[in-house]
Amino acid sequence: MLGWEGGEIMGLNHKATVMDEKGMHQALRRIAHEIVERNKGLEKIALIGIRKRGVPLARHLKAYLNEIETFDIPFGILDITLYRDDLIERTDQPEVHTTDVPFDLTEKHVVLVDDVLFTGRTVRAAMDAMVDFGRPASIQLAVLVDRGHRELPIRADYVGKNVPSSRSELVEVRVKEIDDADRVDILERSEE
Amino acid sequence: MQTLRRKDILGLEEMSAEEINLILETARSMREIMQRKIKKVPALRGRSVLNLFYEPSTRTKASFELAQKYMSSDAVSVAGTSSSLVKGETLKDTVRNVEVMGVECVIMRHPVSGSSHYLARNVEASVINAGDGMHEHPTQGLLDMFTIWEHKGRLEELKVVIVGDIRHSRVARSNLWGLQKMGAEVVVAGPPTMMPPDLDVFGVKHFTSIEEAVADADVVMALRLQQERQESGFFPSMREYAETYGLNSKRLEHTREDLLIMHPGPINRGVELSSDLADGPRSVIMDQVAAGVAVRMALLYLLLGGTKE
Repeated sequence: MLGWEGGEIMGLNHKATVMDEKGMHQALRRIAHEIVERNKGLEKIALIGIRKRGVPLARHLKAYLNEIETFDIPFGILDITLYRDDLIERTDQPEVHTTDVPFDLTEKHVVLVDDVLFTGRTVRAAMDAMVDFGRPASIQLAVLVDRGHRELPIRADYVGKNVPSSRSELVEVRVKEIDDADRVDILERSEE
Repeated sequence: MQTLRRKDILGLEEMSAEEINLILETARSMREIMQRKIKKVPALRGRSVLNLFYEPSTRTKASFELAQKYMSSDAVSVAGTSSSLVKGETLKDTVRNVEVMGVECVIMRHPVSGSSHYLARNVEASVINAGDGMHEHPTQGLLDMFTIWEHKGRLEELKVVIVGDIRHSRVARSNLWGLQKMGAEVVVAGPPTMMPPDLDVFGVKHFTSIEEAVADADVVMALRLQQERQESGFFPSMREYAETYGLNSKRLEHTREDLLIMHPGPINRGVELSSDLADGPRSVIMDQVAAGVAVRMALLYLLLGGTKE
């Protein structure tokens, strides 16, 4: 979800469902296989979910990775609020939540997990935060949806689904742990 | 989305339980940053802060300065001595200086009660009161509440005893306001000469017997006894005070095993608090110091992160 965290979304109509529960979990399962393939196993892999919806997605990914190979994968939670590039300009101050990275990520291949890749600014902030925790061997990015419109030179290594969208549309990812369902929808602004 | 809709932090008297809760929740996230290898987040880059200390302070000043550095703000500290201080006039000059320098936030400790309110009314910058006379020391109250909350998991329905010179203590005042708003039961103990005349305002019980006051307490907070109060005749001698009101293991013999022992520092060891208690397993005095940095980081973020309309 982008910019419309929580609450009722006013003036937006449902346009299409681009992923249902089955589609979402198939995509995560496929990403798990790609991670194992690319890194030749799980030995040096660590997962970090970006708050808020990247966290449950990363948990699912961990479970699917463990179906392929049993290995205790280090798991962390990242809150990027204090690394945002718009903190000073915003009038609606974002709430700070706890970051929890309970392992040393030096020498690890860190897979950052988020729901939607859009402008790339969240990922930029997350990478800045990562280097404060140590020097990972590499940082890789896994997203459920890539909707385009990048404002920074950032790309994902693992994509659940590419969803071409217009800027005025909203790509809404819902996860059972936070919302009511596992689903991805496109919403568009209604004509007033 | 919750935000702190105020310009200044002057006292806990004017704060709501919701605001205190937001500060404590934010402080919990800040504490994690202090445990990192690189203790710095870029949140307040480009923000400037001025620390004005018109009274000597080691702990509070260091705590504020570290919090400012961890949040990436730029800070300058000015320490004035009370001898060079001409009340009123100096504060007016201060106001002018602050405005010209264009800082976004001023932290001030001052011997005159109400001085930070005066400053806050006259400058656009945010003001955080780091102790004003005998009035309030809100960041100390907040860090004390944070420490209790971390150890007990709640503040509601806890019994907190504050022991010592309540009358002259801004720490006691901030804790009395804050803890009661958060639903804790607060009682005070100490010599009757050291109770404030307006004790009724707080609606708290006063005990002259420490043993009686702490019998079923969850937290006991000893206040620093100030030497200069003896000269003014509020108590006969340090030794006599220690014998009647000082906290030691014998006096706390019949108390809860999970009693928290707190002190805002610096401690007069053997006077208001014995060394074995201060360094013992029930003491959370070092946690208070760590909490101070986290709470101040939270306040800086809540006041300076984002644009004011």
